[in-house]
Amino acid sequence: MNKKVIYVKNLVKKFGSFVANDNLSFEVSAGEIFGFLGANGAGKTTTLRILSGLSKPTSGEVNVAGFDAYRQTEQIKKNIGYMCQKFSLYEDLTVKENIVLYGGIYGMSKSLIRERLIDLLAKIHFQEYENRMISDLPLGLRQKLAFSVAVLHEPKIVFLDEPTGGVDPITRRQFWETIYETASRGITVFVTTHYMDEAEYCDRISIMNNGKIVALDTPEKLKKQYNATTIEEVFIKIARP
Amino acid sequence: MRTIFYLIRKEFLQIFRNKFISKAVFAIPILQMLILVPAITFELKNVKLAIIDKDMTPESRGLINKLDGSTFFKIAFSTFSEDEANNLLLRNKCNMILEINPGFGKDIGNGKQGKLLATIDAVNASSAELTWAYFNGVIRDYNTDLIKENIITNPVVPFPRIEITNRYWYNELLNYKYYMLPGILVILVTAIGFLLAGLNMVREKEIGTIEQINVTPVRKYHFIIAKMAPFLLIGLTDLALGLVIGKIAFNIPFEGSILLMFLGSTIFLIAVLGVALFISTFSGTQQQYMFVAFFCMIIFILMSGIFTPYESMPIWAQDFNLINPVAYLMRINRMVMLKGSTIYDISRELCSLIIIAISFTTLAVRRYRKTA
Repeated sequence: MNKKVIYVKNLVKKFGSFVANDNLSFEVSAGEIFGFLGANGAGKTTTLRILSGLSKPTSGEVNVAGFDAYRQTEQIKKNIGYMCQKFSLYEDLTVKENIVLYGGIYGMSKSLIRERLIDLLAKIHFQEYENRMISDLPLGLRQKLAFSVAVLHEPKIVFLDEPTGGVDPITRRQFWETIYETASRGITVFVTTHYMDEAEYCDRISIMNNGKIVALDTPEKLKKQYNATTIEEVFIKIARP
Repeated sequence: MRTIFYLIRKEFLQIFRNKFISKAVFAIPILQMLILVPAITFELKNVKLAIIDKDMTPESRGLINKLDGSTFFKIAFSTFSEDEANNLLLRNKCNMILEINPGFGKDIGNGKQGKLLATIDAVNASSAELTWAYFNGVIRDYNTDLIKENIITNPVVPFPRIEITNRYWYNELLNYKYYMLPGILVILVTAIGFLLAGLNMVREKEIGTIEQINVTPVRKYHFIIAKMAPFLLIGLTDLALGLVIGKIAFNIPFEGSILLMFLGSTIFLIAVLGVALFISTFSGTQQQYMFVAFFCMIIFILMSGIFTPYESMPIWAQDFNLINPVAYLMRINRMVMLKGSTIYDISRELCSLIIIAISFTTLAVRRYRKTA
C-alpha cells in the first residue's frame, strides 16, 4: 500500500462542552484525492484546521506529513498547502505580487518564484492578469489562483476547504481538472465540499455527521453499500435520521 | 531573513496603494503642527475685568489705568452694581470682578491700608491662580509707585527693599510655542505608532488573510517586525516633516543633536508599536482595537507631562509614568531641543524606552498565536 501522509486516530476536538470532532479515525495515502463530506456544521472545517496546524486537537493521535499536530505544527505548515473557504489572497495586491509574497514566505529562490509564476500564468491562462489587482478578478479566477498559490511550493498535501463555493459549473469542472493534475504530481489532495457531484471525483470519501465519521470508502463501494446510484442519495440516506 | 523582506515589501505596497492612507500619513502631521502648536498655550492674555469703582478718586482711577495698561488685563465693563458684575461673571462675560470700596483713596492718602475686593472665576483653577498672580504683580507695581511719590513729597524715611533680577533659561522669551512644539512632535509619532499598525493587524484578522499567513511556516517575529517596519519609517519621516515645519513656520530653536532626537524617537516608536500590536492580539475587530487603543493613547498622552508638569503629579501617577513611553519621549524631545541635552543627560530615559520596547514587542510576539 502507499505511504500514509495523514494518520488520525481517536481525534477529539471540544470547544467548551461542544464536541466538534467526536472520535475520528482515518488515514490518507500519498497522492490520494480524499473527499471530506458533511452538512454545514458537521465539523469538517474543524478537522481541516487541526490537520493544517491552525488549531490544536483536544485529544487523540494526529500525524500529518510525518509530524505531530500537537508539538510540530510549524513543520506541518512547511509541508502543506491550504486554501480556505473564505478567499484569502491579498485583494489589494496584484496577481504577481501575491505569488511573489507567498513564494518568498516559503523560502523559494527568486528564480524559482519567477519560473513558477510564468508556468502558472501560462497554465491557467493568466498572462494578461499578471499585474491586475486581485479585487478586479472574477471569483472563479480568484479561486483558481488561490489554489495555484496553495501548491506553489510543491507541498506534500494540499487542504482545500470548500474551494468551489459560489463558482459556476464550468469553472468548477476546470478546477477539478487542476486538482487531478496536482494529484498526478504526487500531491495529496484533502478536500471538503458539499457538492455531491464533486464527491464522485474523489478516490475515497468520508461523510461526517454531527462531528462523527459515519461512512468512509470509495464512492463506488459506498453507492453499492447503500444501494444508491449517486453519492447524493448515499448522503441523504446517511444524513437524514 | 529574506522572508522579512518579502513581508515588509507587502506592507509597503498595501499602505501606499491605499489612496487615502498614503496621503493622510503625510498631510495629518503638517496640519497637526500648524494647528496645534500656535493654538495650545497657557499664556494668559486679555483677562476681562469688570470694575466696580465706588470710590471715584484719583487713586482708584490710577489703579484702574495701571490695570488697563498691562497686557494681561482688559477693562471690559464698568458698573456700580454688584449684581450686574456677578451676572457678568456668571455668563462668562468677564473673568474677574474688582470692587473698589469708597474710602480707598482717602485711606491711601492718610497712609493707611487701602482695601480692594477681587472675585475671580476659578472654574479653571490654574488660570485663576495665574490671574491672581498677575493681579498681585500690578498691585505691587502700583504700591511701589505710591511709595516713590511719597518719598519725593516726604523724603524723610528711606525705605529698605529687596529687588530680584530673574533670568529665564532655555526659553528666554517664555515662548509657549517652543515648549509645546517638542510635545506636539511626540503626539504626532504616537498617533502614527499607535493607530495604524494595530489597525492594520486587526484588519487582516477581519478579512481573513491572516489565516493564510498563519498556515504558512512564517515565523511570528518576522510577521510582527514586518508590521512594525513601515510605520517606524513613516513615523520618522513625519518627525522630520514636523521639524521642518517647526523651523520654517515657528523658527523653533534646536539646541541639541537632531540625530539623538531621531534615536530617541526610533526606540520610542518600537515601544509604541509593540504596545499597539500587543493590544491587537486581543482584538477581533477594528472597532474593538480602536476603543482600547484610543483609551490607552489618551492616558499615555495626558499623563506624559505634555500639559501639566511631571513633577506636580501625585506620586502614583509618576510611578505609572515609569511604563509610559510617551512620558520619556516628552522629556527627551524637550531636553534635546530646548536644553541641548546630550546622550548622557537622557541615558536614563533611553534605557527605560529600550526596556519598554523589548518587553512589549516580546509580549506581542508571544501573544500572537499561529495555532489556536
